[in-house]
Amino acid sequence: MAKVIFITQANESVEVEGDSGSLMELAVQNGVYGIDGDCGGVCSCATCHIHLSPEDFDKVGAPAETESDMLELDDNATEYSRLCCQIPVSDEIDGMTFTVAG
Amino acid sequence: MQGTESGVETLSMNAVVIGASHAGVNFAFNLRQQGWQGTITVVDSDPELPYHRPPLSKKTLQTTECVPTPLKAEKAYADSNIQLRLGQTVDDIDRENKQIKLAAGDIIGFDKLVIATGCSPFIPPIPGLLSQSKYFAMRTYADVKAIQSALSQSSDKDVVIIGGGYIGLESAASFKSLGANVTVIEKQEKILSRVTSPVMSEFLSTLHINKGISLETTKDVVGVKQRGNKQVVVCGDGTEYLADFILVGVGVRLNTQLAINAGLIVEEGIKVNGVCQTSDPDIFAIGDCTKHFSTVYDRWIRLESVQNAVDQAKGAAQYLTKGVTPAPVVPWFWSDQYEYKLQIVGLSQGYDDLVVRNEDEGQFSVWYFQGERLLCVEAVNHTKSYVLGTQIIKKDLRVNKQLIADTSTPLSKELLV
Ligand SMILES: Cc1cc2nc3c(=O)[nH]c(=O)nc-3n(C[C@H](O)[C@H](O)[C@H](O)COP(=O)(O)OP(=O)(O)OC[C@H]3O[C@@H](n4cnc5c(N)ncnc54)[C@H](O)[C@@H]3O)c2cc1C
Ligand code: FES
Repeated sequence: MAKVIFITQANESVEVEGDSGSLMELAVQNGVYGIDGDCGGVCSCATCHIHLSPEDFDKVGAPAETESDMLELDDNATEYSRLCCQIPVSDEIDGMTFTVAG
Repeated sequence: MQGTESGVETLSMNAVVIGASHAGVNFAFNLRQQGWQGTITVVDSDPELPYHRPPLSKKTLQTTECVPTPLKAEKAYADSNIQLRLGQTVDDIDRENKQIKLAAGDIIGFDKLVIATGCSPFIPPIPGLLSQSKYFAMRTYADVKAIQSALSQSSDKDVVIIGGGYIGLESAASFKSLGANVTVIEKQEKILSRVTSPVMSEFLSTLHINKGISLETTKDVVGVKQRGNKQVVVCGDGTEYLADFILVGVGVRLNTQLAINAGLIVEEGIKVNGVCQTSDPDIFAIGDCTKHFSTVYDRWIRLESVQNAVDQAKGAAQYLTKGVTPAPVVPWFWSDQYEYKLQIVGLSQGYDDLVVRNEDEGQFSVWYFQGERLLCVEAVNHTKSYVLGTQIIKKDLRVNKQLIADTSTPLSKELLV
């Protein structure tokens, strides 16, 4: 079980919890504004972009090649960016806070 | 057609949307987010909570629990005060009285109407096909459930797919992963010949054949017969293929009848202007059912893609709330088959030159040009090509074609001229 917080662009903080699927699905299920997930989670649309804290980024790990290439399409991307459809919901992310990028 | 409403007073207005899929649902949420204060009602014949269509032929078909991927959570509709009326079909648009009529008889009045009715599978009038029951299409969640049940009931798992387009090929790959024997029958000499180049067509043919699909091209299906508990698909040259069931994937029929009956201008798609307004200024249309003028490609186009549905939805919502006209967009599309990810940006139609960039095994991209202008990039397991292609096409930059083909030159801005 993981409890995480999304901070939207409007600075709203949304606490959500889940134990399976991807972080994008969890965000969509909870109506987190700014996480659209237009491609359904196959790393093709870059509408599930989040920023992590440097410490959390290290724990979650760097994106795979396709994902980091897709991130280049987004001007808001930083070195701590991830597409959250590629992050599984697991104990590992419990307690983390993510900032919605776009 | 263009109107000039801006800063619209929307408190007492009713927005009604016909079709709750990628276009209609994204429109409703964007409209609310952009500040629409009036009511928003979305009607759809499909009883299911609106879901993503692309996974149907991919992940949804492959997994036996077979659950749809919802576009939005159920509670998000209530939170955004969007009224969803599922399982209800719209019968008529009455422009004079500004109301729509549901098949069940209800009448819903509108100030602004959005038609997002998409398309339905085209079922060709092949003798014997319609009169027997073991054929399916691939458009709705109900289709996938029915297909899965037919597959689980057949002991031989012999599947014949009529039509070698994206949906047919993706389904073929998914059926294969479920242990089926799959035959794809295609009328043209090459699969996807109308939408891609011989290079890509050849790659996909070889891929599917290597995965064990029987790919039968230049075959015209002329009839379907019943033999025992099998379907027999008969081709013009006399060849026959046995199937436990048939999947028909030969293209679509646009759901434009409501618009036609209402007297809107429809020419292979509901004609819309740059803000998705139809020939009636209070009626908008978005998604697969529309035809719009692409300023990027300088011609009228109709697209069947999530990107187009979502972008048109956002554009129409912005216009209705803020009076803003959206910037031109470059179309993009993806398809996943086996372990291959196809990413396409732009439209290749009209190309007169192409350059292939071969990366490592199974990774390559095809760059389509008209003169020096890059029209489209199709990338297979190579997102870098897709991303650079997107940036180039968006800004209409020029590239050095020789360097594109030369993989010792990394894909970067150095390829620009
Ligand atoms: C199997 C499959 C795989 C696909 N894969 C991809 C892909 O990988 N990438 C990609 O970009 N695109 C893909 N697409 C295309 C993409 O799904 C469509 O472009 C997209 O769904 C279009 O959205 P839409 O809202 O315009 O229309 P639709 O999705 O067709 O929705 C129209 C809705 O309107 C409803 N409707 C119609 N008439 C009425 C009426 N009279 N009353 C009430 N409701 C009505 C229908 O029930 C339907 O729900 C795929 C499509 C399919 C079917
Ligand atoms: S949902 Fe499309 S890239 Fe993540």
